[in-house]
Amino acid sequence: MIVAKTGNEAMAYAMKQCRPDVVAAYPITPSTEIVQIFSSFVADGLVDTEYVPVESEHSAMSACIGAAASGARAMTATASQGLALMHEMLFIAAGLRLPIVMCVASRSLSSPLNIHCDHSDSVASRDSGWIQIFCESSQEGYDSVIQAVKIAERAYLPVIVAIDGFILSHCMERLEILSDEEVSDFLGEFKPNYSLLDTKNPITVGPACLPDSYFEHKRAEAEGIRQAKGIIEEVIEEYRKRFHRYYPVIDEYQAEDAEVVVLAMGSTVGTAKIAVDELRAQGKKVGALKLRFFRPLFSEKLVASLRKFKVVGILDRAEAMNSYISPLATEIRAALYHQTEKPLIVSYVYGLGGREITQEDIKVVFEELIHIKETQKVKDEVSYIGVR
Amino acid sequence: MMPSIKELSREPELFSSGHRACTGCGEVLAVRQVLLAAIKPVACVMPTGCLEIVSTIYPHTAWQVPMFHSAFENAAATISGMEAAYRVLKRKGKITEDINFIAFGGDGGTYDIGFQALSGAVERRHRFLYVCLDNEAYMNTGIQRSSATPLGAHTTTSPAGKVKPGKLEWRKDIVEIMIAHDIPYAAQATVWNWNDLANKVRKALSINGPSFINVLVPCPLGWGYHSSQTITLSKLAVETCFWPLYECENHKYRLNYVPKEKLPVTEWLKLQDRFRHLFRPENKSLLDAFQEEVDRRWEQLNKKVKCFD
Ligand SMILES: Cc1ncc(C[n+]2csc(CCOP(=O)(O)OP(=O)(O)O)c2C)c(N)n1
Ligand code: SF4
Repeated sequence: MIVAKTGNEAMAYAMKQCRPDVVAAYPITPSTEIVQIFSSFVADGLVDTEYVPVESEHSAMSACIGAAASGARAMTATASQGLALMHEMLFIAAGLRLPIVMCVASRSLSSPLNIHCDHSDSVASRDSGWIQIFCESSQEGYDSVIQAVKIAERAYLPVIVAIDGFILSHCMERLEILSDEEVSDFLGEFKPNYSLLDTKNPITVGPACLPDSYFEHKRAEAEGIRQAKGIIEEVIEEYRKRFHRYYPVIDEYQAEDAEVVVLAMGSTVGTAKIAVDELRAQGKKVGALKLRFFRPLFSEKLVASLRKFKVVGILDRAEAMNSYISPLATEIRAALYHQTEKPLIVSYVYGLGGREITQEDIKVVFEELIHIKETQKVKDEVSYIGVR
Repeated sequence: MMPSIKELSREPELFSSGHRACTGCGEVLAVRQVLLAAIKPVACVMPTGCLEIVSTIYPHTAWQVPMFHSAFENAAATISGMEAAYRVLKRKGKITEDINFIAFGGDGGTYDIGFQALSGAVERRHRFLYVCLDNEAYMNTGIQRSSATPLGAHTTTSPAGKVKPGKLEWRKDIVEIMIAHDIPYAAQATVWNWNDLANKVRKALSINGPSFINVLVPCPLGWGYHSSQTITLSKLAVETCFWPLYECENHKYRLNYVPKEKLPVTEWLKLQDRFRHLFRPENKSLLDAFQEEVDRRWEQLNKKVKCFD
């Protein structure tokens, strides 16, 4: 069915179709609508979910953790300060291998206070053990929520599905939605491998681990996120086969014969594709790459893709505050370290706090990248697009 | 209702021996008593603190009931999620038995860092019993002051020094704060009067909504006394009226025990190292202030019992 929905509406609708047992949430711009819309579904009896209107995001994640450990399918939504307030609990959800799914409408972090889009919130949660999906469109946001539930429940890991705050969360798009039955069929029932409500087989969850065992648990968790790569690809493939919508983990656009490319996450990829089209029309060999999964980082795939190019501009909607380069560029450079044939990596920070990025901006980046290809010289380790 | 000691003695121990608590620890006594009296089956939560550290060092556990620990400030939020899961899974027919939910939190995890989550969960009316194991300080991290620490007590962050005589503030009245949440059942108990505690647990669990019991649990390490004196100290706290045994059920206050002779609070204080400095002549005013505050609160409680009867 084809409908018109904002990104937030699309996420809330996907949540409803995933039929979570428990949703515990606290409002924060720009994700507030997701929890508002979802609570109206509950109020209208359209979904049989226990909605827990908690008093903070820390409690939202704690309640999701309690619910998931009790064998329930649990979901929430947040952004920015809310995600930051959950930070402690993110590690606990992942460490306990609880398949919680969280919708994020990406937003900057204070200070200064700003409600608009950038990726600082999710990027700051990088090492928490959550799978992170960044979406280019609301359609992808919708489809990713459904995929995320299946990925989470197969990999036993929690998943963030991020759409760009305001840019996607509040803009109306044409959306193709599945029927409730199709989603139910695709997901099946959640069958937890343990439950705190199984009082006949009591277990203790979340014990203290001393130096003789903590490390092994963490190593096992790290293996879990490595293995999640295979599970993710299976789920994406299943989704493609059933519903004919395909979102590869790394999406190459006009990259086959490209010499210089930009790589980005989220809605900017769409802008970059238009810039590519315009430059291609002028005969320039440029392309764009979309990174869909920030965690796990599909490093082998990234390397295989990036090796082909001469210069890669990494567009990062977050600052690493590492006095060096941007967060994504740091990771990608590291992934390429062992390669003898590798492109030059150039780091760009853009769009912090909702600063616009246009195809003209990206065309300027391409001009620079082409110049770098010709001179083989990178002048600045990191450049800031559109900053005054 | 009212379980007899005979009945309780037949109940299985759900908190097993072999845990690592200090000898004479009031917390584990309280947990055993609560679990003996609890209407089963139960699923439990505890925040970070002594109880967690002494009972769940991987791969061992002292818990014979489902127990969940996730963080320090979220016992009430966690149990909200568990109870929500229970409600929906029961509705969907995936669970058939009736389960009771109990959260055990230290005073730090209850009065301080966990207070927001507790207040929220009680306001939302989740059906669970919250048992505060009040040993009047953060024992797990080495006896720091909490907002449950009484006036004048020496702790490692309110030390009695040359110019400051221990903690300068009176303790927070958590039971009254819970009552102000319009909670259907709130009570105060000790490990000395097991009968009273058992009754309160039964009552609390039979209520459709949140309930709260504050249990005074002496800590030999933090209070500085010989581990054989735990019950004596619990009893003296009641006999001096520092820790009245009372309950508030649907806005009605009831005193569950009235001492035959109200002892001076110094009888309780003098057995504990943390108050030793109060007995020096220069701290007499603090000692007097302590007694005055105990008297004032005792009188006020008696008035509440009368006027809300
Ligand atoms: C966010 C956070 N801050 C601090 C701590 C450190 N911490 C762990 S237990 C504890 C004190 C526990 O005191 P209380 O709740 O009174 O329980 P007790 O150990 O006395 O039984 C503290 C401060 C923590 N685990 N998490
Ligand atoms: S320090 Fe106190 S509360 Fe902690 S185990 Fe020892 S006696 Fe119990």
